[in-house]
Amino acid sequence: MQTAVISETASTTSNTSQNVLKMVSLLLISIGLLGILVAAVGANYISPVLTGLGGTLVLTIGALLYIWQSRWYKSPAEQNHGRWQQEATSRGPSAWVIGFVLTGFYVLLYWFPDTLQGLIQATEPLSQWLRGRPSDQWFLYGTFYTLAILVMGVYALLKYRNSRYHIIRTISVMFFQLGFAFLLPGLLLMLNKPEYYFSYFWPLKYDYLFPGTIDYLVRDGAALGVFMVFWGAIFSFLATPVLTYFYGKRWYCSWVCGCGGLAETAGDPYRHLSDKSRKAWRWEVAIIYPILGFVILTTLFLWINSWSEGRLLGDLSGGFASTYGFFIGAMFSGVVGVGFYPLMGNRVWCRFGCPMAAYLGLLQKHFSRFRISTNGGQCISCGNCSTYCEMGIDVRWYAQQGEPIIRASCVGCGICAHVCPRGVLKLENGPREDRYAGSPLIKRDELRILS
Amino acid sequence: MEKINSQEHLVIIGNGIAGVTLAQRVRQGSDCRITMVSAESPLHFSRTALMYVYMGHMRFQDIVPYADWYWQEQQIELVHDFVERVDTSDKKLVLRDGAPLPYDKLVLATGSSAAYYDWPGQALKGVQGLVSLQDLEMMETNTAGIAQAVIVGGGLIGVEMAEMLRSRGIVVTMLIRDKLYWHNVLPQQEAQLVTDHIRQHGIELLLQEELQEILADDAGRVRGIRTRAGKELSCQFVGITTGVKPNVDFLKGSGIDIDRGILVNEFFETNQPNVYALSDCTQFRNPAPGQPMMEQLWYTGRLHAEALASTLLGNRKAYQRGPWFNSAKFFDIEYQTYGTVPAQFTEQQESLYWQNKEATKAIRFLYEKGTDKLLGINLLGIRYRHDLCHHWLQQGYTLHAALQELPAVNFDPEFFQRYEEELLHQYYTRFPDRQPPVKHSNWWELRKRFGLFSDSTSC
Ligand SMILES: Cc1cc2nc3c(=O)[nH]c(=O)nc-3n(C[C@H](O)[C@H](O)[C@H](O)COP(=O)(O)OP(=O)(O)OC[C@H]3O[C@@H](n4cnc5c(N)ncnc54)[C@H](O)[C@@H]3O)c2cc1C
Ligand code: SF4
Ligand code: SF4
Repeated sequence: MQTAVISETASTTSNTSQNVLKMVSLLLISIGLLGILVAAVGANYISPVLTGLGGTLVLTIGALLYIWQSRWYKSPAEQNHGRWQQEATSRGPSAWVIGFVLTGFYVLLYWFPDTLQGLIQATEPLSQWLRGRPSDQWFLYGTFYTLAILVMGVYALLKYRNSRYHIIRTISVMFFQLGFAFLLPGLLLMLNKPEYYFSYFWPLKYDYLFPGTIDYLVRDGAALGVFMVFWGAIFSFLATPVLTYFYGKRWYCSWVCGCGGLAETAGDPYRHLSDKSRKAWRWEVAIIYPILGFVILTTLFLWINSWSEGRLLGDLSGGFASTYGFFIGAMFSGVVGVGFYPLMGNRVWCRFGCPMAAYLGLLQKHFSRFRISTNGGQCISCGNCSTYCEMGIDVRWYAQQGEPIIRASCVGCGICAHVCPRGVLKLENGPREDRYAGSPLIKRDELRILS
Repeated sequence: MEKINSQEHLVIIGNGIAGVTLAQRVRQGSDCRITMVSAESPLHFSRTALMYVYMGHMRFQDIVPYADWYWQEQQIELVHDFVERVDTSDKKLVLRDGAPLPYDKLVLATGSSAAYYDWPGQALKGVQGLVSLQDLEMMETNTAGIAQAVIVGGGLIGVEMAEMLRSRGIVVTMLIRDKLYWHNVLPQQEAQLVTDHIRQHGIELLLQEELQEILADDAGRVRGIRTRAGKELSCQFVGITTGVKPNVDFLKGSGIDIDRGILVNEFFETNQPNVYALSDCTQFRNPAPGQPMMEQLWYTGRLHAEALASTLLGNRKAYQRGPWFNSAKFFDIEYQTYGTVPAQFTEQQESLYWQNKEATKAIRFLYEKGTDKLLGINLLGIRYRHDLCHHWLQQGYTLHAALQELPAVNFDPEFFQRYEEELLHQYYTRFPDRQPPVKHSNWWELRKRFGLFSDSTSC
């Protein structure tokens, strides 16, 4: 009985220290939020730098403390306890509040940036230090975005701490966001070079291959600009197919991409909210491929236009481009994509809207060595895999029939394999020969969900 | 005629894994009318996942593997009703609510429910097992706001229940008859490892203890228990997880032979023509030597159904289980087993056993001393490929031959530490005259043995 007694007392003391930590962290979070609020509305009364930056700092410390106490005291198998019971993660009132606030923030950001003046001023010193120029709403956004990935990255690291795969992957998205999507573009501006994100490519950054952008890069960036154009083109047309051939879509979507980075970290508590129904899959296919088509067409039109010096298509193609920018770039990826995290799950944009995901998905489905293997007849149809698939893939459908999962939308996050209580799933790269072959230990149903 | 023709009506009682698999496989090969009658829930759900609903990992709708549209498209009719009686002479079922249902062929896949052993006080409020959806709902009410619970029985459902209760912060004590948790199945070292792990999760284990009686308070609720040794424990909930018994009561007087379960041969035929039974509710009349009389697992339910479907579709096939396998999870530690690894080894059996320092992972290869034949594999905290282990056992590999292919068997996620080297080191130290292979074996090469269209017998 010795061990039992010891662990019992140990758990009581850890309970008290956990409670203290929790209260302290909540206090810090509240102070931080107040500071940010004051920065936003009271910039005329008190320096927004003090309240805004200071508030953000206090908020960060508080959030880290809160995350620590909520994750560290739970063992790996306990991490999803209560997920569908707590209102914040099951579309309860606070989920709606967070959803509205996030959506509202995007609306202000895109269409009423003046209202964010206080907060923009708050980041002024940071902007000057990093970029050597005044802050603007996009810098404010980038700062918050990066901070969210870093802080919630710690959450993911603690939550999945028993898996080396997830530790390495989480560090990767944190690294690419901080280095490639925040520091490096800032540094380029500081050096008076064109702002360029080396971790984003056409067709996600659709304008990276627009004639206008290329013109500007080459003109303003000289040799470096030429390199940027070259880099973008190589990645879009060569590196992406090659890497996807070897590793599947995941090398980008859940290791490098910033949208994926936010989804895998800040969005992780909401991953189970994705819709698994057949109807949702139909919508997905009906939306995402037309968007890819739209980007390709727009790009082509712009090039034709530029070659013909505007004679052929006039301003039509420019209109095309700005329509896309408004509906897809702003409305979809920001407002719906992130704003609706707490309601529709963390990969709405990646699943329904992202042209890069569509492109990678086609490659993954038809020209890749990647698949998720199913372990013989071990599946007990429990449904954990499907529930925690952020892309809304009904993983169980395949697993219970002993089939590998090869789906265009799978971003290879690996969480299905992580939550499976019977170790049935494994993400792996192997020869394309017999890629669809299932286990001989199960008799299968030939019916397809979508044919 | 055993083969079902397209005019016939196949009725299945029970929509568990066995009933559902049978309906699916028969539908693949026949246009016959198929009706599935079940009382517990309108749609098939995963019984093995009930614990995750209680712990909040999933909602009930998430443990339902096939949505409504599936059954419609497959033209499998679902009837949500209780079968009161089977009339084998008139070939019809008497339902509680609906009109009598005629059948041409009947398959009983009625599953099992919690078994009680006549303990004093077992009917008190707060005492229950965990098998059905109704049990789960009852457990919600029975455990609301309570502080202490006792679980009787140290098997797989017992530890699941413990995990469920811990997730609500309830103090849990388990009464276990053996010296260690699940020691009637696991060898000493594995049982010790799992026992320690369960204790680290704050569960109190009373080993070599049994339930004597359950004590009541004034309101007829449980207030505690007394053990065989006379120890009194206060608790507001008692979980009974000492096994399951087949659901066969409604068959009394139907003329179908029943002992503990419905008696069947290796074709799942009962003594009545056109009536079959399979999975949890059955008992084999003449099990093959060394095979159990009853198999009450998810996996065997599916295998039974695949075999019976084949017979019903005209390809009469005796049930052959093939190499045994099973898996489970004890809090953070996954367990897999392939072949037979008994709790106690005979004189002829010897094993290679490896365990990490933190006692969270273990591998055991059991083999026969003289012949070096591989008998079974136990794994804790490490995943192996089922297809390959099955192949080794089915084809009668020696330990040496299996270990030559060891690098291909691991199924852990990418970047995970591999422990096979340590096991091999142990092996070549024990048998210094044996030589490591010249070529590293690779899963994708070995996999070619099991072609796209092969089945389990050829693999
Ligand atoms: C909590 C729990 C966890 C488990 N975990 C595992 C595991 O991890 N791995 C594993 O291999 N096995 C596990 N098992 C065992 C496994 O779930 C069973 O062996 C399997 O579900 C049996 O399937 P079945 O189709 O035979 O019967 P069931 O799933 O029991 O289905 C039978 C159905 O028939 C219905 N029925 C019975 N009588 C009538 C009637 N007269 N009229 C109408 N309907 C009727 C019942 O209500 C029931 O819905 C677990 C069992 C439990 C209870
Ligand atoms: S199928 Fe698995 S790896 Fe792919 S997106 Fe879904 S959870 Fe992630
Ligand atoms: S989580 Fe694992 S056992 Fe459960 S349905 Fe998915 S693959 Fe099967």
